[in-house]
This record gives sequence, structure tokens and C-alpha cells, in this order.
Amino acid sequence: MTPRADSTARQEPPGAGRLADNIVYFSRALRRAGMRIGPAAIADAIEAVAAIGIGSRDEFYAALQCTLLKRHEDQPLFDEAFRLFWRRRDLVRKMIALMSPVAPPRASDERRRRAGEARLGDALLGGREDARPPRETSEIELDARHTVSGREVFRKADFAQMSAAEIAEARKALSSLLLPFDRVRTRRFRASRRPIRVDPRTTMRDAMRLGGDFILPRFREPRLVHPPVVVLADISGSMSQYSRIFLHFLHGLTEQRRRVHTFLFGTRLTNVTRQMRNRDPDEALDECVAAVKDWSGGTRIGEALHEFNRRWSRRVLGQGAVVLLITDGLERDDTAQLEAETDRLHRACRRLIWLNPLLRFDGFEARARGVRAMLPHVDELRAVHNLESVADLVKSLSGRRTRNADPRRFLVKPVGGLRAHPPDDRD
Amino acid sequence: MAQPVTGRIPRSIDETAAMLEAHDYLAGTALATVLFLALRMKRPLFLEGEAGVGKTEIAKVLARSLDRPLIRLQCYEGLDIASAVYEWNYPAQMLEIRLSEAVGMVDRQRIESDIFSERFLIRRPVLQAISSSAGRAPVFLIDELDRTDEAFEAFLLEVLSDYQVTIPELGTIRANEPPIVIITTNRTREIHDALKRRCLYHWVDYPQAAQELEIIRRKVPGCSETLSREIVAYVQKLRTIDLFKNPGVAETIDWATALTELDTLALDPETLADTLGTLLKYQDDIARIEGAEGRKLLSQVKAELAAPG
Repeated sequence: MTPRADSTARQEPPGAGRLADNIVYFSRALRRAGMRIGPAAIADAIEAVAAIGIGSRDEFYAALQCTLLKRHEDQPLFDEAFRLFWRRRDLVRKMIALMSPVAPPRASDERRRRAGEARLGDALLGGREDARPPRETSEIELDARHTVSGREVFRKADFAQMSAAEIAEARKALSSLLLPFDRVRTRRFRASRRPIRVDPRTTMRDAMRLGGDFILPRFREPRLVHPPVVVLADISGSMSQYSRIFLHFLHGLTEQRRRVHTFLFGTRLTNVTRQMRNRDPDEALDECVAAVKDWSGGTRIGEALHEFNRRWSRRVLGQGAVVLLITDGLERDDTAQLEAETDRLHRACRRLIWLNPLLRFDGFEARARGVRAMLPHVDELRAVHNLESVADLVKSLSGRRTRNADPRRFLVKPVGGLRAHPPDDRD
Repeated sequence: MAQPVTGRIPRSIDETAAMLEAHDYLAGTALATVLFLALRMKRPLFLEGEAGVGKTEIAKVLARSLDRPLIRLQCYEGLDIASAVYEWNYPAQMLEIRLSEAVGMVDRQRIESDIFSERFLIRRPVLQAISSSAGRAPVFLIDELDRTDEAFEAFLLEVLSDYQVTIPELGTIRANEPPIVIITTNRTREIHDALKRRCLYHWVDYPQAAQELEIIRRKVPGCSETLSREIVAYVQKLRTIDLFKNPGVAETIDWATALTELDTLALDPETLADTLGTLLKYQDDIARIEGAEGRKLLSQVKAELAAPG
């Protein structure tokens, strides 16, 4: 069903009706590929093309680009789609079919893969960071194993559904969460009873209500807000047993606070902030699982932090964010990079809190090279005594700074300390 | 090439490009198209890109070439209505009340309408931008929007959709003609989709070598041809390696100016090391380029420029 777009484009050159249809078709293809394009943007695109008239291909391209593309990350996808669409029509159908993200199964989605599709898929999805692998079926429950370039294991994380009672309990626990340094003064004001600062605007308005006979001062005070929270969570093999619970925790946090950005990393970094904003926790988790490529693969913490520092840190740490790093610190690669990147991250945020599940072992000692490399650069290292429930997670994160959270404590060698963590079980 | 025009809205993409070029701003096809469409469709233009690629400059040049006033709202964290839209002049109002008391005026209504009149209104950029005379709508630059918070963004969304502001004591002030709005952001925060939806979006990228060379020629006229070529080739190379902060066009111009001031005729490793501070702004990056890597890049650049063709 293509909506008739002719009414939106006025003063069309003759024959533009067909062009308008094509633009609508093209926009819908982009939408299926995962770009956010509303009907208003499509109408804009048609209007823009009508406004520039028949010109060069570059101008046409620019007109479509500035109306349909609103996020810089989608640029490679748009380029590729434009190249294909406005050149050879017979590929369009394949393109649309191929770029469909995983959706709830529909009868019309049953299609056989034809030769050349995989190649085109690589071409279309290769430049996208968050592109999903083309799947055999759109069943979400399947444990599908793919091997891409023989390195990364695609494994479905197994999230059991949370019961309603569990969710309610988690929400309650979250409302009591108070991260250290969790209140930031803004430069906005709210009314106050404490006679510290006069608020001239309300003072004058109130005075006028009384005819200007009495000018009673009204006061205001700076408003306090939660700083943004940026979460970097490790979902590699050694951490996978905890993934479910901290994803639930993050979903709850995203629901309660407006500014929460979530990144998951194993061998690569994935931004799942938008997926986390889904109302229903199970749906949100399913979307996260679909978005992440390397569920429970190996860990490259240094590489992931490097990627974050390069591509994201300026964009999400701008407003004095608190960074929550959830990882066990068992690094597979060289630790020199890990140290440098942790240091950079530390210098770019308000506070870097490291949540390490290995701390549960009594007599934890920083012996793993990765842990030793990271410790000097974090503000706090917090233990999670029991990662089985959101409530405990909240408990371990709440509260003021304690001596127990001081990371330097673990760099001193305790006498007769036990080895804290099981030997590396990396594959 | 179309003839550059001044003072009126260009009628084609070529005309737009010529108009910008007449004021020494070199725009590629994409940018010229977007600008032309923004003017034509009367939509705000949303420019995103790294620092120093010339986003703010676009608004300035546009104001100059259209011969319109430029109203700039520099955003910062905690920007509120009082500093962005309007404020009452409280001390003057107090005085007015005291004065009217002194002459024994008791008419409440009178006093009220008196002290909340245009006379005591301090206009801030948003209000200035929407209270212009017809036909002379200003260029309204909202610079570095990412520094504000969501609350202000939501307010702006409202302003940009109907170009009106309501002041309780005065009523609604509506624009006769919507201003030409340019929004820039450095992506220190993601701007909400709802705001982007209202705008035409353009990612301002680093210029290609030929374009950057032309920019140097125009902006640093004293810079020798050999040196300009080396500078541009070197900066282009720098952008391909994995630096924490790539040099923008502004940095290239600064560097060219610095080298010209030092009477340099061609790049050599010592001068390069001495002037890196104009080009790179992070210690890690400088440390990297000061050493062997910087010299290697320089010899590559020299070899490429010496090669025929």
C-alpha cells in the first residue's frame, strides 16, 4: 500500500507523480532498514525535490539526504541504499526483503533466500555498526548459531522472563537507589522557602496582585537533578551469568531517570540505549539481544573502551555523567591499552564507578593483569554481594563513599590472600 | 556560474553557492542544496559536525550575504527563559512603583499596566528573533544547542513550531515572518528526535583537499603556494590516522597563519614540532605526532607532492 503523495507536493513538474511514488517507496525501504523516517519527513523529501526541480544527481541526492537522514550514523546505510535504489529497480525488492530487521513473524515474511542476496546483504549492512545479521527465520526464541568470518560466536542469551512480582520488587528497590554524588546543582531555580536568594520575577508579580502596596520578597534556590548515568556493561562469557539481572536493573534505571545511556560490550561495543527505552522489560531485553552481535564471546575491554572513548565519550559524557562500569576486568588482550583507555575515560567523566562481581570472594586480590591495570584509574570499586537480585545491586551502588570502595585498597597485597577468582576460562 | 546576489533569497542551488562564495565561504553541493532548501521551505537548518568545521561561520556568512541582522543565542548549561527570551527590568519597576506612590497615585490597574509595559521589558535573543519587521527577518543562530538541557530543548521546539512567545503580562508576541534559523551542535549530547524532525539536517564534514587548499588561499593570502599545499596534504593525512581530536578547518587556518607569521617557506620537522599546538589540542596526540610518526608523515607528504601528477 503506497499512500498517495501527490497532494503533498505542490507545483510539481509534469511526471513528478511517478517520482513522488518512488520517493515514498525509497523512504519506506529505508524505514524497513531501521532508519527512523516519519510521514512528515517523506512529505518534506517530496517537497524538497519539487523545490530544486530537475537537476544533477548530486543535488537530488542532497535534497533527499537532508530531509530523510537525521542521524549521522545512518549515513553509510543511506548512501548504499541511494546507490542501489536510484540505479536498478529490480534490486529494490530484494533489498527491502533483506534489510528487514527481526520482526514478529508474519505470514508474508516467509521467503527463500536467492543467490546474490547474501552479497548484497554484506554490501548493505557492512558499513553499519548496529546492523543485525540476516537471519534464517524471524523466530526470536531460536538458538541460532552463526559463524561470521569464523571468529565471533553468535549465541542467544537466555533471558528467563521476570515475573510481575519480581519486576515490582525491582522497581521499588530502584526508587531507593542513590548513587554516590548523585545530586548536581543546576543553574535553574525553583521556588524556595529559605530566604537565601530573592526571586525578582515572582516578587514583582505577587506585589502587583496586592497593588504594589507591599512588596514581599519571594525566594528561589537552585534545582537539583540527577546527573546522567552512562553504563558500560560487559556481556562476555565470564560475565554472562550476570547479564540478565543487570539488564533488568538498567531497564528499570532507564525508566526512572531520563538520562541513562547503556552500552554493552564483549568483543565489540553496542549502544542499546534506544532498545532500553522500550516500555516492557522483556521486550526491551529481547531487542537488546537482537541488537548485540557477540553475546557471550570473549572480552576485549581495552578495545571496547577505546571504541567508546573515540566514538561516544564526547557525545554522552558531556553533562557531567557518572560512569558505571560493570566488568570482571579479565582482559584477553594487552593491558597497556586497557590502562590508557581507562585513564582517558576516568578523566572524561564526573565519577567512574566500577562494579565487579568478583569482589564477592573474600580476600579478593587484584592479581589479574587487567584488574591491576584498571584499578588506579577508577574512583570506586564496589562489590556486588549477590548479583541475583536488583535489590542487592541497588544496595551495593547506593550510599556515600566508603573506605571499602576505595580501589587502592586492593592494590596492596594482603598477607596470605587467596586467589580471588577462578582461573581464566576464555575460549 | 550564477551571478552572486546580495540581500535577497537565492533562486537556485548555484545561486546559493555563488552567494556564499562571494563572501569567501566554499560550500559543496550538499551544503548549498540544504541551505537553498532551508531558505526555500522556510525550515530551520540543523548543522551537526565536529568542532571547527565551520558551522557557526555558515550562519555569519548567510547573514552577511542576505544583508540581514544576525541574532546569536549562545547556549550553555542552565540557559533559562530569563536569559534566552525576556526579562523584566526589576530595579526600574521598583523605582516606578515608589515614584507613583510618591505622587500619590492609587490606581492599581494603572500602576500594573505601567510597570509591565514594553518600556521595562528586556528583550533576549529569542524575542528579538521573532519580533522583526516584515521582509527583514533576521538570521537566528542557535549555537551549540547540545550544551543546554532537555527542558530548554522542549521549549525551543515550541518556539520553532509556531514562532510565538507568550508573556503573561503582555500577551502573545508572534513573528510577522519567521526568522532564518540555524542550529549548530557539536554532539556532546544527542539532540532529541522531535527537534531534528522539524529541521533539515546536514552533517558538516571536513573538506576535501582541493577545497581546503582554496580555503587557505582565501583566508591566509600571505601563505606561499608550496607551503599551502604541504599544510593541506599534512592535515588531510593527520585526519586519516587515529587521533583523539582531528584538526578542523579552523585549526588548519590557524596553523597556516602561524607558519606564515614565522616566515616559513616549506615544512620541516623542527617547525612542525614547534607549531603543533595550533593544530592538535590533546597532549596524547601531540606526543604522538612530535616523534617519529610525525616525521614519517611529513616525508610521505613531501614525496607525494614531489611526485609528478
